[in-house]
Amino acid sequence: MDVAKEPSTIRTSGLGSCVGVVLYDESKKLAGLVHVMLPDSTLNRTTQINEAKFADTGVKAMAETLKRQGALRLKAKIAGGAQMFQFTSDKDSMRIGPRNVEAVKTQLRKLAIQLVAEDTGGNSGRTIEFDPATSILHVRTVNQGVTQL
Amino acid sequence: MTEETSITSLHLDVLKEIGNIGAAHAATALSDLLQRKIDMHVPSVQTVSFDEMMELAGGAEEVVVGIFLRIEGDADGSMFFILPVEQANHFIRSLICDDTFDLYHPPVSELGLSAMQEMGNILSGSYLSALSDFTGLKLYPTVPGLSIDMFGAIISIGLIDLSYVTDQVIVINTSIFEEGEGVRQSLKGNFFLLPDPQTFMKIFKALGVA
Repeated sequence: MDVAKEPSTIRTSGLGSCVGVVLYDESKKLAGLVHVMLPDSTLNRTTQINEAKFADTGVKAMAETLKRQGALRLKAKIAGGAQMFQFTSDKDSMRIGPRNVEAVKTQLRKLAIQLVAEDTGGNSGRTIEFDPATSILHVRTVNQGVTQL
Repeated sequence: MTEETSITSLHLDVLKEIGNIGAAHAATALSDLLQRKIDMHVPSVQTVSFDEMMELAGGAEEVVVGIFLRIEGDADGSMFFILPVEQANHFIRSLICDDTFDLYHPPVSELGLSAMQEMGNILSGSYLSALSDFTGLKLYPTVPGLSIDMFGAIISIGLIDLSYVTDQVIVINTSIFEEGEGVRQSLKGNFFLLPDPQTFMKIFKALGVA
């Protein structure tokens, strides 16, 4: 979980089934990034919970952090949630990408944060970088180059 | 991870031996396939954070060829064979006798991809059957999947099941390489075996070191 204010940018690289969630306040030029690995913190089996890992706790914790730093109206852009390998396995973990995306969206709705743009699904890894100054999310994939959201 | 606290240096040696035996068999299989001399490095067993895991093959953004399969049966886990793109090209070219094959310039031929997948199949199959013979555990690998993408995106699929239980991963890392005249001529690949947390005790029990 990282927070950045203009002129810094925030990035995370090599997203596969994980989802990069950017929450930002356009007028304050303030943004935070959560790297979501798993959809649901209630399935956690460790004694100490790493909030940032889960869609439900991670998005919520980031929203609170940004508000403490003065953010008022939060919006969201998300990318990731790919399925890197096509499998006929019945294991849930093989479909984790789409489930992460769904869980992130559910949490955004709960917190009444508007989802402005997304680049999710597919079967490509992504590197993302967000610039709080312009509110543009740059998404790079190996085959399609860089797109802007 | 309760298992982790009770892991001793003897256990680490056992895990290293697993990497050793598995990779040795895979190296032999590859050597038969290519009719070349294939060598291997001493395996390493490391406990790493997810971030550190990304650095084991040149960083999360490094584009690699990845073969991935799940192991099911008496013991569960994930296995990866990771190859730099340049080296995968080199291998596929010699296997399908086509010097124009290039993963950097898609669309690439189905034949080449199929050859790559088959190599993954053979190597991971020989690794796992050696492991199975050694431990007496029944191991059923899934059909390997192939992906050419960022290392972080590929390896993270193996971390999903683990991440419910821990933020650290025990990785058995073995690399095999072809002794060649230069970097371009050499083939170097890494096997990453990531046993699921509850699998360690099963392995140790099977080998009488629990």
